[in-house]
Amino acid sequence: MLVEDISIAVAAGEILAVVGPSGAGKSSFLRLLNRLDEPTAGTVLLEGQDYRSIAPRELRRRIGMVMQTAYLFPGGVAANIAFGPKQRGQTLTAAQIASLLERVGLPGFESRDVGNLSGGEAQRVALARTLANLPEVLLLDEPTSALDEASVHGIEELVSGIVQERQMAGVIVTHDRAQAARMAHRTMLIETGRLVAIGPTNEVLHDR
Amino acid sequence: MIAELQSSIGHDVFMGLAQAAGAIALCAAVVALCRWQAVRVEREAAVSMARGLVQMVFVGMVLALLLHGSLLIGSLILLMMTAAAAFTAARRLKGMEGAHLLCFWAIAAGGGTVIAAMLATRSLRPDISMLVPVGSMIIANAMNACAQAVERLRAEIAAHVGQIEAGLALGAEPDVTVQPYLRSAVYASLLPRLDMLKSLGLVWIPGVMAGMMVSGASPVYAGIYQFIIVAMILAASGITALVATVLMRARVLSGGPVDASPERRWRRALSSPYKADLPSRLLFVRFLRTIAIL
Repeated sequence: MLVEDISIAVAAGEILAVVGPSGAGKSSFLRLLNRLDEPTAGTVLLEGQDYRSIAPRELRRRIGMVMQTAYLFPGGVAANIAFGPKQRGQTLTAAQIASLLERVGLPGFESRDVGNLSGGEAQRVALARTLANLPEVLLLDEPTSALDEASVHGIEELVSGIVQERQMAGVIVTHDRAQAARMAHRTMLIETGRLVAIGPTNEVLHDR
Repeated sequence: MIAELQSSIGHDVFMGLAQAAGAIALCAAVVALCRWQAVRVEREAAVSMARGLVQMVFVGMVLALLLHGSLLIGSLILLMMTAAAAFTAARRLKGMEGAHLLCFWAIAAGGGTVIAAMLATRSLRPDISMLVPVGSMIIANAMNACAQAVERLRAEIAAHVGQIEAGLALGAEPDVTVQPYLRSAVYASLLPRLDMLKSLGLVWIPGVMAGMMVSGASPVYAGIYQFIIVAMILAASGITALVATVLMRARVLSGGPVDASPERRWRRALSSPYKADLPSRLLFVRFLRTIAIL
């Protein structure tokens, strides 16, 4: 069992950090939230609705995820951003793409090839690509672990601002307690797949 | 049956054995040369030559019997060859449950369709002496295409689990996320056959054409017939690779405990609950859609 006996709620506009040692089950927990992995027991309620009653593709649109690595698709930045809506038969306008890129701090990057982006730029494009789906929940799996310090702070500010702005529920997995302190309203600590503590970030991090 | 065997052992067999003795003597001289340079291959060379000769004499005797067999026996032999080919190709999918059956259906679809088409268009006589050798060539190539396609698809998926999951996390249909890798696997398996077709007559003159000319057929007809065989090999390989990869994709995304290999990423791609995403479980519809996309 990777994760067991965890029951939590995250409110709109709130960021919850998931911290714990390597192998504690942080990423496994996150993957259960958008059904990239299937729980053997228990469930997730999205605005009160059992997520098994929502079609997985629609569920994953509503629960966006940014991974540790950007995993951009080969080609241009604009095509990557348009990918999500395109899966539902929707076409993003050039203005919508430009607006998303501007919001993540990459104005004018539409025609760039993803192969020519730095790590920080790629992660910003991955964030814009997720936001293009208009998710209600934003899951972040160590989104800055592969970035340099300057990029880390940029992404942190960006994510915090967007979660507030769009009133999304945010869950960030991080091994960096200082990052949890900078970004999260509440923090949950898990060890060997079990919930050890949850509460306001300062209290949880101070007590442990 | 004994009489058929006896009739096939004529003067040319003894002549062949004498020629084989000459070939063995030349090999023995090379082995002696190697020994002179302290390269010890005597034992291995002796065993290999003995095995090779005995096996080929045995195959010749079996073929001598087959020439007088019925069409039903020929079909059964092709079926056995298909099963053996599936067994060989399935080794590339070690640990995947149902891999043998997957490869069997793929090779049977490719080989069967092409052999049936050749029989229907009279490019292949319903005669066991022709059906078995030509059929075996097609099945062997279908086997190679199957092995190459599944191996490539497995490697591509294992290397791109991140991209596949990123696509799924963005709400893409599972088939769409795997499609680039399926396309690449099918293309990779067809490439050697396409090269074979391109180089036909320029780089190599295959055995069928040479054999037909030796037995008195017109060189031009022999050339055209050889082209037909290679084109049919390409067709069989294409069908086999498509069926194998589409069946494999259905397994990859089926959510079942399919693979027991130690590669965690690969297993994770296989075990994720994508089943619920699939709007259609009808393989035929998925197969047609894949062809359309490709």
